[in-house]
Amino acid sequence: MSRPKIARKSTSIDMTAMCDVAFLLLSFFILTTKFKPSEAVTVATPNSVAAKVAPEKDFIMISLTSDGKAFISVGDSQADKEKKKVMIEEINTRETLGLTDAEIAALVRAPFVGAPIAQLKQVASIPMEKMNGQSMPGIPITDTSNNQMVDWIRAAVVAYQGEKLNVVLKGDNVAKYPAFKNIIAALKQNEQFKFQMVTNPEAVPQGSYLWNANISGKTQDQL
Amino acid sequence: MAELDTSSGGGHKGGPGVKKAKKLSTRVDLTPMVDLGFLLITFFIFTTTMSQPTAMKLFLPKDVDNPDDQNKIKQSNALTLMLGKEDNVFYYEGELAPDASNFKSSNFKDIRDVIIRKKQAVDSNLVVVIKPTDQCEYKNVIDILDEMTINVVKKYAMVDISDVEKQLVTITEGAGGSK
Repeated sequence: MSRPKIARKSTSIDMTAMCDVAFLLLSFFILTTKFKPSEAVTVATPNSVAAKVAPEKDFIMISLTSDGKAFISVGDSQADKEKKKVMIEEINTRETLGLTDAEIAALVRAPFVGAPIAQLKQVASIPMEKMNGQSMPGIPITDTSNNQMVDWIRAAVVAYQGEKLNVVLKGDNVAKYPAFKNIIAALKQNEQFKFQMVTNPEAVPQGSYLWNANISGKTQDQL
Repeated sequence: MAELDTSSGGGHKGGPGVKKAKKLSTRVDLTPMVDLGFLLITFFIFTTTMSQPTAMKLFLPKDVDNPDDQNKIKQSNALTLMLGKEDNVFYYEGELAPDASNFKSSNFKDIRDVIIRKKQAVDSNLVVVIKPTDQCEYKNVIDILDEMTINVVKKYAMVDISDVEKQLVTITEGAGGSK
């Protein structure tokens, strides 16, 4: 009796299924990737070893550009836009600017606020695509007697009443210290003693205290 | 799997002299395509996580008008850093001598050694006082705060610079005394 024949199987596998999976994943990643939104205000942030990820929603961001202009913006979510509306309404009533509802809506839609409070009415009529860091004058902060950042932070405190107000500062590498100092002063005046600064991640230098601590399993917060 | 029928179906049987159409396999080797697909996936995964900005926290002290309420620090534990323009750092330990003999200049590369040396000398009771001048840049302030994190200095404060120190910084910078 002859041995049963072992069927010779081909070693080549049908790759089609794997190919399908690969491209399905690929399209998933491409579609879910949120591309960095082209920012109206360009800011080159410094590096730090901070490991905490910057918040993506529920924050107000103060941008400080290389030429010392300050801008204020909020997160992208709908709730943040609502807060911005409250902030602008608060400024409107406090300074009696007489902004119409349409003008307030236009200001809320704009990517950032970057003009002296007195000019907000004119700014509301500027189309969104013409708004950028170069053309806008920025919020006046250099003069300590007319530091309008104080008013904006106050409005933000009102808008975020009963909630945690996350203040994020995004400063440019070459922005000068006095501008930074005035922003800190504005925060202090409104009793906001905690804030975060946006940085790019950087490796901890080898052999430093923090490096040793990280090796022994401690995080930065535990130190 | 949908496959094309390449076999010449019933219609026309090659007689003698009629060349038979060569049977070509429609199967393509998909391995390179799979490779490419996964390569792109890896690329997207890596690029998405890497651009995430981080945030460093800063806690500000409350301003107190009454000098008696302020925290007192021992002179021997103090290290004062002054940030000048063009990435210059100046420092002195303890109190500034009247003749400014302990006023030294440094830079961002060497300042870490200064901090570490002082930290070892005072047995981690170190208090660093940071005094940025008006000419220094935002990056310098972040760098020096980062240096505090790197060297695990728990007590540090940002303080306004005094006129004497400001003059010393300007003079030293003007004389090119900083390396």
